[in-house]
Amino acid sequence: MDEILEILEGLHPEVDFETCTSLIDDKIIDSFDIVTLISDISEEFDITIPVEEIIPENFNSAKSIYALVERLLEDE
Amino acid sequence: METMQINVLEYLENIVMKVPDKIAYTDELSEATFQEVYDNSRKIGTFLGEQGHYKEPIVVFMGKHPSTIMTFYGVIYSGCFYVPLDEEMPRHRIELIFESLKPKAVICDKDTIKLLDSYNYKGRAYLYDDIIKSKVNDSILASIREKQIDTDPIYIVFTSGSTGVPKGVVACHRSVIDYIENLSEVLRINENTVFGNQTPLYVDACLKELYPTLKYGATTHIIPKSLFMFPLKLVEYLNEKKINTVCWVVSALTMISAFGTFEKAVPEYLETVAFGSEVFPIKQFNLWRKYLPQARFINLYGPTECTGMSCYYQVDRDFELDDVIPIGRPFKNTEIILLNDEDEEPIIGDVGEICIRGTSLTLGYYNNFDKTDEVFVQNPLNKVYPELIYRTGDLGKYNDKGELVFVSRKDNQIKHMGHRIELGEIEVVANMHPDIKYAACIFDNIKKKIILYYVGDITKADIASFLKEKLPRYMVPNMIENLDSMPLTPNGKINRVLLKEKYSRGI
Repeated sequence: MDEILEILEGLHPEVDFETCTSLIDDKIIDSFDIVTLISDISEEFDITIPVEEIIPENFNSAKSIYALVERLLEDE
Repeated sequence: METMQINVLEYLENIVMKVPDKIAYTDELSEATFQEVYDNSRKIGTFLGEQGHYKEPIVVFMGKHPSTIMTFYGVIYSGCFYVPLDEEMPRHRIELIFESLKPKAVICDKDTIKLLDSYNYKGRAYLYDDIIKSKVNDSILASIREKQIDTDPIYIVFTSGSTGVPKGVVACHRSVIDYIENLSEVLRINENTVFGNQTPLYVDACLKELYPTLKYGATTHIIPKSLFMFPLKLVEYLNEKKINTVCWVVSALTMISAFGTFEKAVPEYLETVAFGSEVFPIKQFNLWRKYLPQARFINLYGPTECTGMSCYYQVDRDFELDDVIPIGRPFKNTEIILLNDEDEEPIIGDVGEICIRGTSLTLGYYNNFDKTDEVFVQNPLNKVYPELIYRTGDLGKYNDKGELVFVSRKDNQIKHMGHRIELGEIEVVANMHPDIKYAACIFDNIKKKIILYYVGDITKADIASFLKEKLPRYMVPNMIENLDSMPLTPNGKINRVLLKEKYSRGI
């Protein structure tokens, strides 16, 4: 979880990612960020995020991103 | 005999006779037929004319909708020129633009009119929903048209300036018509063209969709911005709308290919994929070609100062990973001249500054003769009569196939997410913060990241919020780093070479 928070804070140091649950809905993360975010996460955890998982529900909060990463790590 | 076209609105007036009921523009929530585009723009034109606006900038401060496009045309009907501002532009930039334009009128939609109140703007504010209730007055519109000539301006769009003040590029009917005619031929636009628009309405990139749609009676779908985060949904949208032509920035295309989208879904109707404004990584480009073997791929290049794009290259061969896709050759009725440091043409194969000659040259920067005269200059190869060229500040050369290739910038300007950015402008804004002693930006060309280094007693978070208030989203640094001291060159300038080394060593 800390790794994910660190990546997110690198993108927007002024946002409180521990509590925010509307990263997509409130346009905090936009198309500029999503590419960086996905490549940073893939690198950090050595996983590939399949395109069908790149959906709003998985990126609305640090928690949901973490859940996605956990799920992908288990599948491997 | 056919008479020479002198006004872009003639595209609209011709097409509305042919396909009045066809859909011209759509977005998520609305759509407009050519008849509606015609009627609404003439209502807006009448209204502005009745209010006494003529030959002056009218700010269009609206979201990204068909109504915004109709407002553009309405402004042209009134003999004025439209200046698109976007609700997502930062406050500070909008303030600077208002200062430079001193507009007498702003047209808003229901959302932006509330925002306008918070600006120190004293002119008139018109609400779109109100002014389209106006009645068309044919005689007002006709008398305005009678006075118009083809070198009259139709829009101003703002680009980044190194001193921190954005420059307003003023373009006229003649240049836009020249561009649309020649671009449409290269892109093979016709009445069956279905565009999927990605670029914002406040840059000149959207000319590619707006005006060819009128010329041919094509259709443009404004793609919802949020789809550019979710590649599968985006491809589903392209297929649902049967989009066959896209003119996108490279980063929008690579967003699809890089995530393995093509293994699940392919945009099956796409015939023409035009891209530009950035280098296309060949690995991603080859994926596009592999999955869309029938499509034509066209690289476009050109500065805002020369009305849209100036050069094109239609991909006709395979590219290896370390190859560069050329920018090819100029559009018809445009000439490219390369000039070396002595203002002479370099020998073939050598690098020179890309300079542009032609009707496509815009009129220059609004209310800024000094900046205009710096880059719109006498052609140094012509010593006998006045002839302007535009100096792009880009360096180029010809490859062994005789195609023009972009090499680099002469100065500190970069291309990021399809936008032209002066790193200096970011530094100027960062330095405005009282707690920042030094600020310097570098650009990571591989990872496409803007990195800001600063010295000062302030947190990264505070700088980030400060910059977000003052800079457009695409100019906000992707990474901010605090330094104890700024590396300087012997003559006291910021040592960017050292900063880049620092960065590549991961410090």
